[in-house]
Amino acid sequence: MAAAVSIVDVVKCFGALKALDGVSLEIAEGEFFGLLGPNGAGKTTLISCLAGLARPDSGSLSVLGHDVFRDFRQARRQLGVVPQELVFDPFFNVRETLQIQSGYFGIRKNDDWIDEILANLDLTGKANVNMRRLSGGMKRRVLVAQALVHKPPVIVLDEPTAGVDVELRQGLWQFVRRLNGEGHTIILTTHYLEEAEALCGRLALMKQGRVVALDTTANLMAAHPGGSLEDVFVRTMNQ
Amino acid sequence: MIGFWTLFYKEMLRFWKVAFQTVGAPVLTALLYLLIFGHVLDDHVQVHGVRYTAFLVPGLVMMQVLQNAFANSSSSLIQAKITGSIVFVLLPPLSYSAFFAAYVLASVARGLMVGVGVLLATVWFAELQVVAPLWVLLFALLGGSMFGALGMIAGIWSEKFDQLAAFQNFLIMPLTMLSGVFYSIHSLPGFWQQVSHYNPVFYLIDGFRYGFFGVSDVAPEISLAVVVACFMTVSLLTLGLLKRGWKLRA
Repeated sequence: MAAAVSIVDVVKCFGALKALDGVSLEIAEGEFFGLLGPNGAGKTTLISCLAGLARPDSGSLSVLGHDVFRDFRQARRQLGVVPQELVFDPFFNVRETLQIQSGYFGIRKNDDWIDEILANLDLTGKANVNMRRLSGGMKRRVLVAQALVHKPPVIVLDEPTAGVDVELRQGLWQFVRRLNGEGHTIILTTHYLEEAEALCGRLALMKQGRVVALDTTANLMAAHPGGSLEDVFVRTMNQ
Repeated sequence: MIGFWTLFYKEMLRFWKVAFQTVGAPVLTALLYLLIFGHVLDDHVQVHGVRYTAFLVPGLVMMQVLQNAFANSSSSLIQAKITGSIVFVLLPPLSYSAFFAAYVLASVARGLMVGVGVLLATVWFAELQVVAPLWVLLFALLGGSMFGALGMIAGIWSEKFDQLAAFQNFLIMPLTMLSGVFYSIHSLPGFWQQVSHYNPVFYLIDGFRYGFFGVSDVAPEISLAVVVACFMTVSLLTLGLLKRGWKLRA
């Protein structure tokens, strides 16, 4: 069985800066995987390479066996990405935004699933509201909805709860847990370590473009008895 | 194909939602040009045996087709890049050729919509004839496509609105204003007549005008050949940039 995500020896430089320095990872289907690290560790660059938004200088990446560059159509169909930045198209309302995003993935009549996502993300009442009129938290929910319109088996959440209220966080995690329970592979980057500890079965800790620790959450915690994930994180980063 | 049609539909919807600005305003601008220049020159000037106002109308129509086709793709791309919403079209499995075709086709649609609007608004002020409608349509389609593709290059290249404005003000505006919209190049001094022959927009305007009056500064077949060559060049360049992901994918 192909891994959900396979990343082999990926190097990516921006000028003199080596954003990714030989990263290799394999994430199995159905995993809830956490990608942790301080700002500038390379998490978003790695996700960008996986999503085809950035081209690595060397190495290879694949999603469910499909190379993200040679077989980009299949790879992108398998992947749903919630970007870190709060971006939106100001011309459209929420429903139009989701219908258009479905169409990009080759899905025409998708309203039943769109309604389900809207209900799960508590957006039903905002379906016909222009994106400009939504609060930051609501816009974040729409970003999550956009990533899910094509029912991707692999979902990448790049700091999805940054700057959102507790209610949304809980609702979002409940929904994402359900998706994971239904077999979706989840890759999460977050600075909220308690979220990663509670949700992720396995973690990769990144520092300066490298994976410096990779293990199950339980094993990482066991290596530092009595400590929290935050302690594990701080010790690993200071090594 | 659904991805392509969706992107085309989205681009159409984008300008249609602000049609007052994207369609209405250029029609009004063209009408003002016609009223002012027509009032001043109609009794004194004839070009190719045609009254000045009638001569001016096709030029204004084509100028607005070109400028609005350019504005559509360029403004859509720069806005998407600056707001970051470009990721919504970069993440899906859209091929670069579908990307190109959707943006160019929507630009042509806006250009033609404005062109028809200008024609409907100005036709009352001039005795207009259309002796070769197929030439009219052909040059309008090629012109809209060429400037739609050029708009994509400008939108991809620009990182800020002022860079796009520079592209528009220092390249597109001079090319269109100095292409024979307002005059026949035969009325220019010899040197400037020669210079005009290096302006591809001159051939677009001249060929388009031929469709109305059956007369032109150069043979329409020559204009068509030049325009097709320019369109192919601009399209290949745009497709190359999209394939490489230049300034779109890091």
